[in-house]
Amino acid sequence: MLKIENLQAEIDGKSILKGLNIAVNAGEVHAIMGPNGAGKSTLANIIAGKEDYEVTAGSIELNGEDISELAPEERAHNGVFLSFQYPVEIPGVSVTNFIKTAINETRKAKGLEDMPAKDMLKMIREKSELLEIDRKFLSRSLNEGFSGGEKKRNEIFQMAMLEPKLAILDETDSGLDIDALRIVANGVNKLKSKDNAVIVITHYQRLLDYIVPDFVHVLHDGKIVKSGDASLALELEAKGYDWIKQELV
Amino acid sequence: MELKDKLLSSYIAFEDKLDTNSDVHEVRSKALQNFENLGFPTKKLEAWKYTSLNSVLKQDYSLFPDKIEAIELSDVKKYFIHEIDSYKVIFINGKYSSFLSQTTHENYDVCLMSSALNSLKYKPVIDKYFNKIAKQDNLTSLNTAFATEGAYINIPKNTEVKKPIQIINFTTGAQSATMVQPRNLVVVGENSHVQIIERHQSLTSNAVLTNAVTEVYADTSSTVDIYKIQDDEITASLVDNSYIEQQSKSVVSVHTFSFGGNITRNNLNFYQKGEYIDSILKGITISKGKQHIDHHTLVHHIEPNCESHQDYKGIYDERSTSVFNGKVIVNKEAQKTNAYQQNNNVLLSDKATINAKPQLEIFADDVKCSHGCTIGQLDDDALFYMQQRGIPEKEGKGLLMFAFANTVLESVRIPEVKQRITNLIANKLGVNIGFDL
Repeated sequence: MLKIENLQAEIDGKSILKGLNIAVNAGEVHAIMGPNGAGKSTLANIIAGKEDYEVTAGSIELNGEDISELAPEERAHNGVFLSFQYPVEIPGVSVTNFIKTAINETRKAKGLEDMPAKDMLKMIREKSELLEIDRKFLSRSLNEGFSGGEKKRNEIFQMAMLEPKLAILDETDSGLDIDALRIVANGVNKLKSKDNAVIVITHYQRLLDYIVPDFVHVLHDGKIVKSGDASLALELEAKGYDWIKQELV
Repeated sequence: MELKDKLLSSYIAFEDKLDTNSDVHEVRSKALQNFENLGFPTKKLEAWKYTSLNSVLKQDYSLFPDKIEAIELSDVKKYFIHEIDSYKVIFINGKYSSFLSQTTHENYDVCLMSSALNSLKYKPVIDKYFNKIAKQDNLTSLNTAFATEGAYINIPKNTEVKKPIQIINFTTGAQSATMVQPRNLVVVGENSHVQIIERHQSLTSNAVLTNAVTEVYADTSSTVDIYKIQDDEITASLVDNSYIEQQSKSVVSVHTFSFGGNITRNNLNFYQKGEYIDSILKGITISKGKQHIDHHTLVHHIEPNCESHQDYKGIYDERSTSVFNGKVIVNKEAQKTNAYQQNNNVLLSDKATINAKPQLEIFADDVKCSHGCTIGQLDDDALFYMQQRGIPEKEGKGLLMFAFANTVLESVRIPEVKQRITNLIANKLGVNIGFDL
């Protein structure tokens, strides 16, 4: 599904990713962990196509196609979804109108007609129930005045609506209380299938109790320095990151 | 010949066609004298510091096109809000078009200034209201001197005008540059309600200069809603002078949608002559190319317990320049005034300019006056967020700009006008999204 080789990237001349490799297959869940400043969010943003970063070397392939030159919306049309660490507030655009526009623009890019209003409503109802989202919430301005938990739930609601091939969850657990965490994780688990893949970026083991990864990677100083199975996350939780840094020396 | 000299010398010939014994003639002569003394405004005047008319005054304007031009309804239908039943007061090159109009004298008068100025029946109204609140400044005086035609609307008390009134000034300018000076008078009686849609529209690419004056009197507890749609050709310039006097408990709103034209200057003046008045001034400006759009607003709070609400949004692209000057005066007696002014601006290009100037002169001590002014760019993070969800950059920008202007459209009370403005905005921004505000 996703194959990243020797990815190097910088922002304002400062090198952030320094030769990163990762391969994610359909049906898999990967967790990327690591200390602050390791480059985790940068990686997520670069896969999604944020222009602030300059990719200086390496390649990003999605289903065999190099996507590194595509616009963010084209990557989205190809099935990339990023659940933002800090979802942006957009006053004046309701959650419903936003998701309708997103879905129909994606369909348009694929040469499809707009989704019939009836189907759209049905889908909105189903997916909002899955995330335990109140109907009133859907007519509010996107993320405006939302609590941290509401923002993250709204992200996963949009993911459920857009049905991406590759979902990247950037610190989706931050700002969530334990109930919201369970709802969000439950939503993600229900959306998982053999045809899609999930990358979970997190600091903590907590979320991985609910979304169990097939692989855990440690990102440090712009590179994946260690990979393992779910037990690696537990080890990190118990021992912190320092032992990995020492191993590297 | 300079335009000023041309205007002054043509006055004698113009005067010949008028009844020089009427009281209005006195008013005209004084106004002409005033214009002769003051001349056209220059950038030396504080109020015209950022707006120069020099380039448009150079044209050789035809001042009194005498030929009545016929235009086909099918050619101009798109400029009407044709989805609704309405009264229509339509002019072509400053001359009344009975063919395109639909006026009335039943229950109230929706008709012509020329008949009001020349008929004894209307004399008491003209004597009482004509040129009474209009400022005696240069361009208003010029309009007064030559005022012959426009819309005359007189609504008696306790009357709800069921249909909106559309006032449209077309210019055909087939031969040369044209200058027109429409003059409207709107008198709304106690507890009455009227809605007015106003438009100036050139039908060719020849230069047009419009110097319009509208006086509105809103009596006690009346409601007046005015929508100004400014989406003219790039060769047409407009100075729109509006003077609104409100009595107690009246509510007057003016929405100004400035999308087109070469140079557009709006002088919008509110005078609150009673208590518990609400004045609403809203605007959306979208400019590009070398367009210049200037909003000068004045709200004069004279009596206690009144409110004013201003909300102007602007989106400027390419080399366009724009001005927002919002003046609020609160007299010493006007305690418990609540004056609110909001002006938000987005610059889409490094070359675009906005000169924003809130001006508050407050002489009372127990008042609530707030103003907020912002100048910025579109939020890149918000745009990336939209693109990440599959919304292309162009549509994303359009969506963000729609959302930005949305607060102004919320208060538009005629759904068809709201829809038309939404379509115009989509068109101006070059986006086509099935987005419902």
